[in-house]
Amino acid sequence: MTLYIKGTGNVSPQKTVGHPGFLADGVTHMGTRLACVEPDYKTYIDPKLIRRMSRIIKMGVAAAVDALKESGVAVPDAIVTGTAYGCLEDTGIFLSRMVEQQEALLAPTAFIQSTHNTVGAQIALMLGCNGYNNVFVHRAFSFESALLDAMMLVAENDANTVLVGAVDEITNYSHSILERIGLYHKDIGSNVNLYEEKINGTIAGEGAAFFLLTNEPSTENYAAIRGVRTFYKPTTSQEAETHIRDFLSSNNLTAANIDLVVSGRNGNSAENQVYDEVHTSLFPGNLIVNFKHLCGEYPTATAFATWVAANILKNGVIPGVLNNGVETTLTFRNILIYNHSHNTHHSLILLSAC
Amino acid sequence: MSAPVFIAGIGAVSAIGNNVAEHVAAFERSEAGMGAMSLLNSVHSGQLPVAEVKLSNPQLAQQLGLKAAVSRTAMLSMLAAKEALDSAAIPGLNKLRTGFISANTVGGMDRTELFFESFLADPSRGRLKDVIHHECGAVTELAADFLGVKDYISTISTACSSSANSIFFGARLIRNNILDVVIAGGTDALTKFTLNGFNTLMILDQEFCKPFDENRRGLNLGEGAGYVVLVSELVATMLESAPVCTLSGYCNANDAYHQTASSPDGTGSFLAMEGALQRANLTPADISYINLHGTGTQNNDIAEGTAIKRLFDPLYPHMSSTKSFTGHTLGASGGLEAVFSVLAIRERTIFPNLRLQTPMQDLPFVPETMLIKNASVNHVLSNSFGFGGNCSSLIFSKT
Amino acid sequence: MEKLIQDLKVQIIAQLNLQDVKPEDIGDDQPLFVEGLGLDSIDALELIVLLQQQYKIKLSNAEDGPKVFRSVRTIAEYITAHQAQTA
Repeated sequence: MTLYIKGTGNVSPQKTVGHPGFLADGVTHMGTRLACVEPDYKTYIDPKLIRRMSRIIKMGVAAAVDALKESGVAVPDAIVTGTAYGCLEDTGIFLSRMVEQQEALLAPTAFIQSTHNTVGAQIALMLGCNGYNNVFVHRAFSFESALLDAMMLVAENDANTVLVGAVDEITNYSHSILERIGLYHKDIGSNVNLYEEKINGTIAGEGAAFFLLTNEPSTENYAAIRGVRTFYKPTTSQEAETHIRDFLSSNNLTAANIDLVVSGRNGNSAENQVYDEVHTSLFPGNLIVNFKHLCGEYPTATAFATWVAANILKNGVIPGVLNNGVETTLTFRNILIYNHSHNTHHSLILLSAC
Repeated sequence: MSAPVFIAGIGAVSAIGNNVAEHVAAFERSEAGMGAMSLLNSVHSGQLPVAEVKLSNPQLAQQLGLKAAVSRTAMLSMLAAKEALDSAAIPGLNKLRTGFISANTVGGMDRTELFFESFLADPSRGRLKDVIHHECGAVTELAADFLGVKDYISTISTACSSSANSIFFGARLIRNNILDVVIAGGTDALTKFTLNGFNTLMILDQEFCKPFDENRRGLNLGEGAGYVVLVSELVATMLESAPVCTLSGYCNANDAYHQTASSPDGTGSFLAMEGALQRANLTPADISYINLHGTGTQNNDIAEGTAIKRLFDPLYPHMSSTKSFTGHTLGASGGLEAVFSVLAIRERTIFPNLRLQTPMQDLPFVPETMLIKNASVNHVLSNSFGFGGNCSSLIFSKT
Repeated sequence: MEKLIQDLKVQIIAQLNLQDVKPEDIGDDQPLFVEGLGLDSIDALELIVLLQQQYKIKLSNAEDGPKVFRSVRTIAEYITAHQAQTA
């Protein structure tokens, strides 16, 4: 089940939308909320469609348009989207009006646009795509489920091209609630301090990343996606290691074959302990880079990581912003993305050079 | 990749019953589940009938043996998924690769609504434990943990077609040899959010809904959960009682016409039904019964009817919308109607479409208005179409 | 009537979040739906809420929408007729 990334689109807290180059310089964010660097959406979306779209829908559509344009595929055979939180802004608007107006005089648009399938549906509508359309909404498994669905569709000969991606947004409501839950490190200063030892807590992120996947190999492709696996609530780090070894061996690889691990470390010391144990035990000599200082922590951050890994494979370089200012040029074969969220949702995505 | 996937168990809870047996009995009595709101606390109480599950949150928690109630969406899910898994009685289940694929559209919104009343007044207020299960996936996990399933879990949300897609995805996980057993379906609880949302669309009938009636005025919202247990061919041979049917066909298509309205010729519905028939290697004439999406809105019923006409004319199978019993249970509807499709085969029964008085003028067929027993039911087509153009059809075939 | 028509144009642009449309771009008799301003069934529902919020007029049957919402003038006429009724 190997698929190739032919085009990408990424709206993130870094300068990524519109393909300005691969993380040439990092955007510094102060505080605990990393907001996306957004494009002028009028260059992406018909004004008649844009007027009802909340920010997350526009982010998703722009990322999808970039991925399609780059790949030269006008209409994919299928569209599969992942989103953990869905359209929070419209949900918040409808919910707060409902409470404040005591269920009277409510307008429909925020409700219609609040459903979790809105982004995937808007992309289908814009493209006139009658094909397979699915939406996964399972926390930090959302993007991984979407990816697995895409890989199965191709394996089943039901699609040759699949547009797959993930979207999540931060809103004032969601940030204030997650802050109260205690996820964030309030005195972090800027995002570049995320991995400092004294930090215990993470920073909030958001983003929309889409990929046009094809079953057609070509040297023009970014990378091959060879596998994806999720595992839920491992009781020990050893159990996580067993899953990782098993996943690698099912792809005829061992840990030694992994040229680079893209790790989901996030500033939370309890969560980092799991990464540290796995890295020490399985990947002692491997090159490891973190990515969440660039995009923040959110359930579908692995879509950003996939974009990072695909670009490293395509360009043969790890940009300085990913590796303490040191740009590394290497011939990479295999990159493993290892992420977990709260030590409950673990995921593995394996990419290889074309 | 084309190996059969068998239905080994079913579980259901809705306004017409708390388990599968109560559903069969309600169908036999032709007794609908709508009524005045008694559990949901809304200003629309008395004006908008709903189809509530007849168990309060404390009753659900007690029946499930929970220390305290959690989101109603999750408790309905636990009740029906547990019934489905128990009824499958799979020997050596803990040695098999088991998944739980659930669908919902509201997540823990029933509790988030409570949280927001305090939170909006003062952002430092509102009990956090009312909001931690807001996400759709969190609801699935409460049920997965309750069932003890952890090999593979995921959640799908594609509006009204959500749980048809979770059954479809579950079957593919088996066909791709990723899992051996999947509990698949969906759940949704009634919430003020969805009630008010649908009310702004002016598609809620103030009386009991009349799907496929010329004078239909809209839908009634319902709640519930429905799950099937899908197993591989190998697991099917290990079961004590042979499964009554397979999931033989499925297809997902997008109408790509409008965010809420269906296209006049029912493009998405047509493609979903046609694709499911192709997958099952069947012709329209093979279908014994169509469990219609049949919400009772002007737009849905004519689009669905037109698509059926395009595909089936001039020979029409039996048809009915069981939403005339359960109301529209949104993310649960595809799961519940999958259970009803299996029941149609198992009980050799065609369920009636209640309150249909005046057939639709523009359609050459009329759904069944009376219960038909001792029917020959070999292949059942179940339709689930939704907002965002997401259309899915499933086909269940007698073994 | 002229003032009501002008007010309505401003309110419609705000309620429907019409992009790059100014009140003077909307003709008094220009069709609002499909071939005219390109509004659709969701906008009709938004306009029903607008009438309720701004003019306390309840259009209880969504099917009356196409007739009432044909143009800004027909909306203004509908409002005037209803206000006269209740006055």
